[in-house]
Order: sequence, then C-alpha cells, then structure tokens
Amino acid sequence: MLKSLQIEPEKCTGCLQCEMACSYEATGMFNPSKSRIKIFTFHEEGRFVPYTCTQCTEAWCMHACPVEAIVINHATGAKEVLADVCVGCKVCTIACPFGTVNFDQETHVVYKCDLCGGDPECAKACPTQAITYVDADHTGLERMRAHAAKNLPHDSAKA
Amino acid sequence: MAWTKNVLRVNLTKGTIKHEPLNMEWAMEYLGQRGLATRYLVEEIDPKCDALGTDNKLIMTTGPLTGTMASTGGRYSVVTKSPLTGAIACSNSGGFIGNEIKNAGWDMIIFEGKSPKPVYLYIENEKAELLPADDLWGKSVWEADEMLHKKHQDPLLRVATIGRSAEQGCLYAGVINDLHRAAGRSGVGTVMASKNLKALAVRGTKGVGNIRDPMGFMKATQAGKKVLADNAVTGQGLPKLGTQVLMNVINEIGAMPTRNMLEVQFEGSSKISGEAMTEPRASDGKANLTTNAACFGCTIACGRISTIDQGHFSVQNKPQYWGNSGGLEYEAAWALGSDCGVDDLDALTYANFLCNEDGFDPISFGSTVAAAMELFETGAITTKETGGMELKFGSAEALAWCAEKVAIGEGFGKDLGLGSRRLCEKYGKPEFSMTVKSQEFPAYDPRGIQGMGLAYATSNRGACHLRGYTVASEVLGIPVKTDPLVTDGKAELVKAFQDATAAVDSAGLCVFTTFAWTLEDIAPQIDAACEGGWTAEKLMEVGERIWNMERDFNIAAGITGKDDNLPKRLVKDIKAATGPAKGRVNDLDKMLPEYYQVRGWTKEGVPTAETRSRLGLNPKGIAA
Repeated sequence: MLKSLQIEPEKCTGCLQCEMACSYEATGMFNPSKSRIKIFTFHEEGRFVPYTCTQCTEAWCMHACPVEAIVINHATGAKEVLADVCVGCKVCTIACPFGTVNFDQETHVVYKCDLCGGDPECAKACPTQAITYVDADHTGLERMRAHAAKNLPHDSAKA
Repeated sequence: MAWTKNVLRVNLTKGTIKHEPLNMEWAMEYLGQRGLATRYLVEEIDPKCDALGTDNKLIMTTGPLTGTMASTGGRYSVVTKSPLTGAIACSNSGGFIGNEIKNAGWDMIIFEGKSPKPVYLYIENEKAELLPADDLWGKSVWEADEMLHKKHQDPLLRVATIGRSAEQGCLYAGVINDLHRAAGRSGVGTVMASKNLKALAVRGTKGVGNIRDPMGFMKATQAGKKVLADNAVTGQGLPKLGTQVLMNVINEIGAMPTRNMLEVQFEGSSKISGEAMTEPRASDGKANLTTNAACFGCTIACGRISTIDQGHFSVQNKPQYWGNSGGLEYEAAWALGSDCGVDDLDALTYANFLCNEDGFDPISFGSTVAAAMELFETGAITTKETGGMELKFGSAEALAWCAEKVAIGEGFGKDLGLGSRRLCEKYGKPEFSMTVKSQEFPAYDPRGIQGMGLAYATSNRGACHLRGYTVASEVLGIPVKTDPLVTDGKAELVKAFQDATAAVDSAGLCVFTTFAWTLEDIAPQIDAACEGGWTAEKLMEVGERIWNMERDFNIAAGITGKDDNLPKRLVKDIKAATGPAKGRVNDLDKMLPEYYQVRGWTKEGVPTAETRSRLGLNPKGIAA
C-alpha cells in the first residue's frame, strides 16, 4: 500500500519538531535550515502551515533533471535525489511549481523530501498529528468523515 | 556535549567582537544558561556597579538543550544586574531566538561597555558585526522587527529587540523576541537600552549537534514528550486554555490579588479567564483566542494567539491592532485585569499587545498601574499629576491610556515607568507598593498561598513566581499536595522548588515542563546530550549552587536578609476578607527563620562558610 504525507494546518502549533526531526534524519544535526519540510507562520492570521514535497506522479523536477539524478523509489513513490549524480545545475528547483526542491550551499547538490524511505520522521515527531502518513488512496478520509458527521442528527454527532 | 563551547564577546565601547571558548570547568558546575551566565557575570562585574552604567554587562545565553529535539528546548535568558531591583536579573524567554543563536554556533553572547551610538548586533553563523541602528532607535519592537527583516532581505532572520519604553528609561522594560515573546522581568531591556544596543538579529544555519549519545538522547526526549502528552496540565489544560487555565482556579481558592492587593478575590475573574477567551463575542462571533501556539521545540504549546474586537474603543481606527498577536497569559491577565479591577477582556488584550509592541513587563506595569489607581483613589495623586486622566480602579480606559503612555514614556507614563516602589515613594505612600526588593508581585496572593509568601520574600530577583512555584504543590498537588494555608514544611518546599527551578532554567528547557516532569525525567535528557554524568541529585546540587551564588551576588550588591520581606499589607495590615483564606495574613515570620536554617544560612540570611564550601563556592562570598 502506497502512503502519503497528509498535512492538516489547523492542527499545527508551529513548534518545529518536524523540522528538527527531518534535518536530524538527513544531516545528523538539529538544523531547521536544512529541513525538507517547512512551517510557515502567518502571524496576522494566527496560522501555522507545514509545507513539503507532495511527490507528484509526473514530477516536474524529475523530468527537468538533465542527468537523471532524481529517481522514483517504487516502494514509497518518493522522488529521490541521487546526491552523487546531481551536478547542482538547479534546473529542478526552477521546474518545481511548489518550491520544495532546494539547493544546499554546503553540499552543492539539491535536496528534497524522500519520505525517509517510507517512515517519515516529521510525521513521527509531530505532537499534534498535523502531519500524518496515511493510505495514499484515502488522504481525504478524515475530512470526508468530518463532513459526513455533519449529516448526523444533532445530538448524536460525535465525529 | 550539546554546548557549542563558543562564546561571543562584544565590547560596545570599542566596537570589537571576539570569539572565545566556553569555560567548560564552569559548565560542569553550572550547566548553562541561568547558572553559567550568572557565573560569568559574578566573575566580571562589581555587584555594586550602576546597573545602567558602562560597567554592567548583559549576557544573552542558551542552555545545552537549547536547539535540540528535547521538548521546550528553545529557551534563552538575558542575565545582567537589574536597574529595577539592584539585584541579579535573569529573564527567560521562549520563541525562536534561543534556537537561532545556538544554530549560529554560540552558547552565549556577552555585551560589555556602551556604544557611542545606537547599534544592533547582526550574526550570521561565525560572522558577527555591529551595525548602525540610528534608524531603528525610536521605533517600536514591531517596527524594528519589520525593518530588520526588510533590510537583510531574510524572512528567516530572528530578532530580539527593545521597544521605545526601554529607550525612555522605563525600569521594567524587557527584551522582546519574535514579536511577542519576552525576557520580560527586572528591566533587562532597560540595561540593553543603556548600552545603546537596540537589537540582536540572528541567522544560524550550522545546526546543533555534538550530542553525546544520540540514540539515548532520542529515546530520553521521546519518553519525556510522552510524559508531557499524558499529563492533564501539560497535555490538556495548557494547550487548551494556556496559563489562563489558572484564573478561575486561583480566584476560587482566594489567592487572586485584587485592586492592588487590597482584596484576594476578583468578582470579574470569569470575564477575563481562559474560558472567556474561547467564547464567541457578540460583535463578530469570533473568540478572543484564535489558536494556541508553540515556542521552538515545545510539545505543550501553551501560547495564546488572539485578536481584539475591532469595534472596541481601544482599537477604533487603529487597524494595526486588528490582526492576531500574542494574547493574554495568566500573569498579564491578572496584573492588567484583577489587580487594576478591570474586567474588560479586549482592553486587557490591547494593553498586552502594547506591552509586546514596546517591550515592557505586563506584570510590573499592571501592578504599578494598580498602585497608581490606589494613589488616585486616596487622593495622593490627582488629575493634575496624570494630566487629566481619572485613574480609578476598574477603568478600562485608564488602563489603555496608561499602556499608551508607558510605551512611549510620555507624561505620567514616565512616573509609571518608575515601577511601583519608586512611584509610591514619590507620592508619599510607600506602603501602597506591592513589591519585594522593588519588583512587583505576580498573580498569587501570599495570604491565600502561604508558601508563595516565603518564595517571594526570598526570591533572588525580587517578587517572582518563577523562582519557586510552590503553587504547583499548594494548589495543584504537584508533585505532592500541601495545604496552602499551612506554613509547616513550606521552608523545605520553597528550597526544593527554588533549587530545581534554577537547574531547569540552566538547561535550555521551559519551567512549565515541571507541571509534569520531575528532575528524574529531565536528568536523562541532559545526560544523554552532555558529558558530565547528569543525575537528578547532581541537578539539585547545581540548582542549590546557583541559588547561593545569586544570593552572594545580591549580598555583595548590598541586598541582605532585611530585604527578605513582604509589604505590611500582606503580613499585618489587611487580612483576606473573603474565600478560604478569610482572616489570614501571610505568616512569613514563621517560615523565614526555618528557611534560613534549611538553606544553611546564618540567622541574618547569609550563607555560612560551610554551606559555601560544600557547594564549591568561595567560603567568603563575593567581594564587593
């Protein structure tokens, strides 16, 4: 069963545990600046929004890469960067419409979310379940359930 | 080894910046943050120096767990000599600046001297430079933050800055980071202003590593997070209602200081409580509270993000206050609310916004306004002094007006910026000042919670709830329930809380974790990260060492056992009139001698040579 990261911004508190977990898995350091997932704070609105790669099926980054340094992991569906193949041309960073592929000034290659090989650290670290790793066929299941619950008689609505 | 082992020393007089290694011998004895920075301060300044003179220093410091995955591991402190109290000051803040300092590769930044012109310190990893701040001077925290982000074209820049209140000499100005988190107490921002240092702007991309036992650390921090999640206070109460979960609880037990501590219960408490913040308001159907928010790495997330009703008198035609910002914590809601007799939630939120916008402590501010209201009600001041405003208890308009005046140090705002003690002395009513060592009380009445009286009287930074929060035991039953109206055993209890808190404050963690964590939960996290064999016992010893060092600093500064007191109002003059503590005053005289004994101090409150030696301190104390 393929799984996807599911993000529910309304549950996010902006604690950055996910950014630390991500950077620690990827670099061995607690370093939010190297995190593949980012939390955006919208101060005036009072909202926190996690954002990362959605692993497009027809991934722009993968198609744009001139040296085939971005490949599909068929077990997870993740588009992974082969760091030793990447030449740091940054074309993928331009191709990605969402900005989730980025260049690392220190390693001189690009980096993006690889779903940690199928066990994403961000989802495990999130204290509020704002980030979960769920059945890719049913990322909308909980939202459907919540809306379905609205049709219940008022006194029994316990979604 | 979660320390970076690097210290940045900034001489503002000369404009020089030096890198130096962290004193690891001291780190083994004082851990980090509060303890370690105080050790540096004690070594480097004369305790008798003028807090606002060039000889005072200001240290921004992180702990070994700051910037790690330990829950709440994002704290930093500002350590200096306080201009409000003349005692040691250490103000702790969350938000995201502590993590950024650590990620840039620094445990500590020591500021010394005074810059000839306004400057700010810009740090980008190893690179650190003092840059002109002429354009930032005279700007609020919110304006300066925005200007710095624009100037450096860096949305990820983290900023800690002072507001206009500090520049104007308000003696309880703080240092605000990330727009609404505060190193708030004791006037640490006033010291920063005295050095012509407007702000710190940091970007750190190096990461925090150096974990002694990475696998063990992940396991220990994971276990810690589970304890926090499973606990009713840290897992449910604080995320849902914030510290404001306490408003109704404390009022019910009759320990809610009201109208400058004339009374112990506030009839309007339910209108300004955490629960009230979640109720839809009539005008737009929105609640005051938009969401809870976390500081860096915190899995509790007690922070409040709030809005003010756009139709409220305080923000009419002021769209800059219509968006979300940091909402009311319990201390602010109490000081601005019940202590001033004001039950208007929007007015309190507005005053709280101004405290953040221009960087002044809502506890000391609210308490000082409360004293001013009593001065006004008794005729000691009139509209002549205030410039026309009627400072009556319960007046939301007066509260909002006072906040606007203190923010920019204008008119009567200058008087209010003196703090309660100096204000009341100026107008001939020193007995109206609800302070210890010149610092204003927080939100727990010592007539209704006896142990807190002793905690306030002996707190090394003046009246403060964060130096020994026996409320946990006396009200909430953490770790064991004690009777709030009984004095027996409170000396030991206060000592235990004071020492444990000093250790937590030195680790990079938030003291709110201790609603759920004991040192047995904390020690394995520190030990897995750091060399040095950190056990709960060792942390208690470190805490006790820090407490005695701070005490010795104060003694050398001229603050002694005779200053371990409470206002007469609380120990003699005014008995609690209502609630469970009806008829009571605080029985400090019963607890204090016992406390000195438990501490290993003389009858005058001086640590004995034996006590100092046992803790590895100079047996003679600190030379003034």
